[in-house]
Amino acid sequence: MGRYVIRRLLQMIPVFIGSTFLIFLMVYALGDPVTAFFGDRRPDPATAAAIRHEYNLDKPLWQQYLIYMGKIFTGDFGTAFNGEPVVDLMARAWPITIRLALLAVFFQAIVGITLGVLSGLRRGRALDTSVLLATLVVISIPTFVMGYLLQYLFGVNWNIAPVSVSAAAPLDELILPAIVLALVSLAYTTRLTRTSVSENARADYIRTAVAKGLPGRRITVRHLLRNSLIPVVTFLGIDIGNLMGGAIVTERIFNIQGVGYQLYQGILRQNAPTVVGFVTILVIIFLLANLLVDLLYAVLDPRIRLA
Amino acid sequence: MRDPHSERPDDVDPLANAGTGGPELPNSTEVGIDVATEEAESLENADYTHPGDPGTATSATEARSLWGHAWRDLRRNPIFLVSALLIVFLVFVSLWPSVVAGGSPYDCDLAHSREGASGSHPFGFDLQGCDVYNRTVYGARASVSVGVFATLGAALLGTVLGGLAGYFGGWWDGVLSRITEIFFGIPILLGGLVFLSVVPSGSIWPVIGFIVLLGWPQIARIARGSVITAKQNDYVQAARSLGASNSRIMLRHVLPNAVAPIIVVATIALGTYIALEATLSYLGVGLKPPTISWGQDISTAAPQYRNAPHMLLWPAAWLSVTVLAFIMLGDAVRDALDPKLR
Amino acid sequence: MAALLEVRDLQVEFRTRDGIAKAVNGVTYSVDAGETLAVLGESGSGKSVTAQAVMGILDSPPGFVTGGEIVFQGKDLLKMGAEERRKTRGDKMAMIFQDALSSLNPVLSVGYQLGEMFRVHRGASKKDARAKAVELMERVRIPAAKARVDDYPHQFSGGMRQRIMIAMALALDPDLIIADEPTTALDVTVQAQVMDLLAELQRETNMGLILITHDLGVVADVADKIAVMYAGRIVEAASVHDIYRAPAHPYTRGLLDSIPRLDLKGQELYAIKGLPPNLLAIPPGCAFNPRCPRARSVCRTDRPPVYDVTDDAGRPLEPPRGSACHFWKEQLHDRPV
Repeated sequence: MGRYVIRRLLQMIPVFIGSTFLIFLMVYALGDPVTAFFGDRRPDPATAAAIRHEYNLDKPLWQQYLIYMGKIFTGDFGTAFNGEPVVDLMARAWPITIRLALLAVFFQAIVGITLGVLSGLRRGRALDTSVLLATLVVISIPTFVMGYLLQYLFGVNWNIAPVSVSAAAPLDELILPAIVLALVSLAYTTRLTRTSVSENARADYIRTAVAKGLPGRRITVRHLLRNSLIPVVTFLGIDIGNLMGGAIVTERIFNIQGVGYQLYQGILRQNAPTVVGFVTILVIIFLLANLLVDLLYAVLDPRIRLA
Repeated sequence: MRDPHSERPDDVDPLANAGTGGPELPNSTEVGIDVATEEAESLENADYTHPGDPGTATSATEARSLWGHAWRDLRRNPIFLVSALLIVFLVFVSLWPSVVAGGSPYDCDLAHSREGASGSHPFGFDLQGCDVYNRTVYGARASVSVGVFATLGAALLGTVLGGLAGYFGGWWDGVLSRITEIFFGIPILLGGLVFLSVVPSGSIWPVIGFIVLLGWPQIARIARGSVITAKQNDYVQAARSLGASNSRIMLRHVLPNAVAPIIVVATIALGTYIALEATLSYLGVGLKPPTISWGQDISTAAPQYRNAPHMLLWPAAWLSVTVLAFIMLGDAVRDALDPKLR
Repeated sequence: MAALLEVRDLQVEFRTRDGIAKAVNGVTYSVDAGETLAVLGESGSGKSVTAQAVMGILDSPPGFVTGGEIVFQGKDLLKMGAEERRKTRGDKMAMIFQDALSSLNPVLSVGYQLGEMFRVHRGASKKDARAKAVELMERVRIPAAKARVDDYPHQFSGGMRQRIMIAMALALDPDLIIADEPTTALDVTVQAQVMDLLAELQRETNMGLILITHDLGVVADVADKIAVMYAGRIVEAASVHDIYRAPAHPYTRGLLDSIPRLDLKGQELYAIKGLPPNLLAIPPGCAFNPRCPRARSVCRTDRPPVYDVTDDAGRPLEPPRGSACHFWKEQLHDRPV
């Protein structure tokens, strides 16, 4: 078990470097942070060169990357377009988005797994067919369309949820945005759970469990679910990345000032420190979530743990 | 066609679903990015041989009978028929929009801004006073072409790179796996925002390029897995022992039997790429005027949608139906190709 | 004395998308306590499906029992309520499957899976169940049982895993065990060990054993009587001795002839020509007629009933013997075709 964890941690290092470097490359090599610095005005060449030198932009890209990463690990993320340190933006944005994401994962896991198990056990029946169709429709409606639709229905029409979230973003105001954020992933979770459950239900060891004379409930809970949830848990971990991406859209619709909002502002204003800073943290969270999932995976599946 | 008493040839290794094509230990970052992947992987691990065909099957006949059965199933599947008709219609509209549209999408009159539906303008007018019906019809072209070209690009690149990695294994396989992990570490929407925000052009090509760039690893992973599975078949070993060249084995024996999961994933991906393009355009970094796209129109309609919901609903509905059509098609094809569901 | 298990005229069909397959079509057999019945046949002959119907673990849908009786210890299992029937499974009758690796739950320790029998059927505590599991593992001679009770199925070798399956079947001292190809997935050397273990345990406990196999070699040593199945029917039922001495059905003859024999080394091995019939379209008359060397026109039109095989004087044999062949007499005396 210990060796497994260490191996997974080591495997994460190249992924971390690769992902952050890729983003760094896009922002610093494809864009031009200096022109962005001046907005619409055109800087005179001498000033531009001075700024380039000051921010190490005249060095080779890999050196810039190393310098940047070095600073990040000392807590210096640079300054945002409005002159505020990026760290301060993060301190405000992350708690909101983490609340939103946790709530979304909660819905996704509880509702998705429940629906998936129910329809997987009743494969081919009415409930299964309707769940399948519903998930297809949900997957097909892009999050931003779904966001406006639900905002209109719940916020404007029935007036049971706030149309936009206040600056403090309390949990109850985040329920609707979290549902919007979770819906597509929820549909995928349902479908994956369904496939997994109905495949495992035909596995030999389930036949054995029936032949042992175990009660149906015990077969489902102890034998079927445990095996079926292994791929679902993995998917939930992977999907955290998508959830964070989706937050950009959801936060825009509901006017939530979280990570998605800040990132979006940073990207539109081409503020390199904001973008790279937030993305770096995002990649770290993604990797940590996956490590957690791997551990859970190992707990669920002895073939991994004891290999 | 499944023999009811065959001794359960379709036993599912629960691990197979966790997304490893090869013998190495599964770990979550190596798992496919979405369920299409998961489902396709259960496909690639399935046993394609049918008990009805006695053991004389060679790779070619085996692949052919698989498609034959699938085609017979598809023709009877209403979901397939509906989605196929929709797609034919959408492709037609994107090729010849003027046949369906009632006029030019650029023919706008501010006097009509936000007006609702009327006789010759069934969808009403948008903020600029353009006819929403015409704009929606002309918007199909951008969405469908981004979807089709991006899928073709990602599928070709992914199949070649993933297929070679699966076939030859070795160091390239290891490198590819690491590269794939890196791409999975970046949320696709976020990558798109960053990448496209620095590209000034608003045409479809940068968007396609970006989707290919971030979409191929998903296909490559599927291709790798299904090539590894196909490679282990007896007839491939036989062909090898008879001295067939690598290229001949790959094209004649491995590819026909490995291509099914790739097609399924690619079809479903096509739908999600269209949704991705619309989302990027909605966020202002994808397609930009003068290219007409549903995502953009939804974005401009959004601030006003409480007063004039029709401006948002029509393009949104067409967008959703288009995505739905491709995802349903992929779903139907997968069901038809998956012998376990027979 | 009534038999431990009597299957009478059992009918099972599979409702598939391509039509209805009659997987079991009027099977009758019986097993006494302490007796071993071997059920022989190719895959698709309905031997496993019959066993699954007896155990009540048929995949349904698509499989349905559509007729017949399964009388176990005087009670018709098909008329029992679901709950009562569940309680007989594992307790009074148990099953051993072919592939122990896939038949054992990969994510639960073998100790848990063994102990589960005692917890569910006997209400034992966790601790007692574990102790019983160790006991069982020792009984099937798994070395270092105490140390391995918390191991998982994938950590055992194939032979050891099959021993665990056997231990699981034996757990509650059932009166009947059905072993479905228990040694097919194992190496030849391990096969004999597992078979010997099974036979020995049967002698100790006096349980009835139904041994499903396609391997005639396995049968000769352990079985008391044999039922040969073809296309969902029993084509010949007889004692082991009788069947090996002189089969009364051409299909049985074919099976016996296709066993490799040392004394016939160098000669071409006999193979029954043709393929088993498609169960969606079983040929009219005798299902075996397209492959039968003795087939005549009557075989293509009239389905043979199970004839009582008699001695030359026309007296019934003891033990009784049956053959579903119009020309069983010719076959019995091996007259040339």
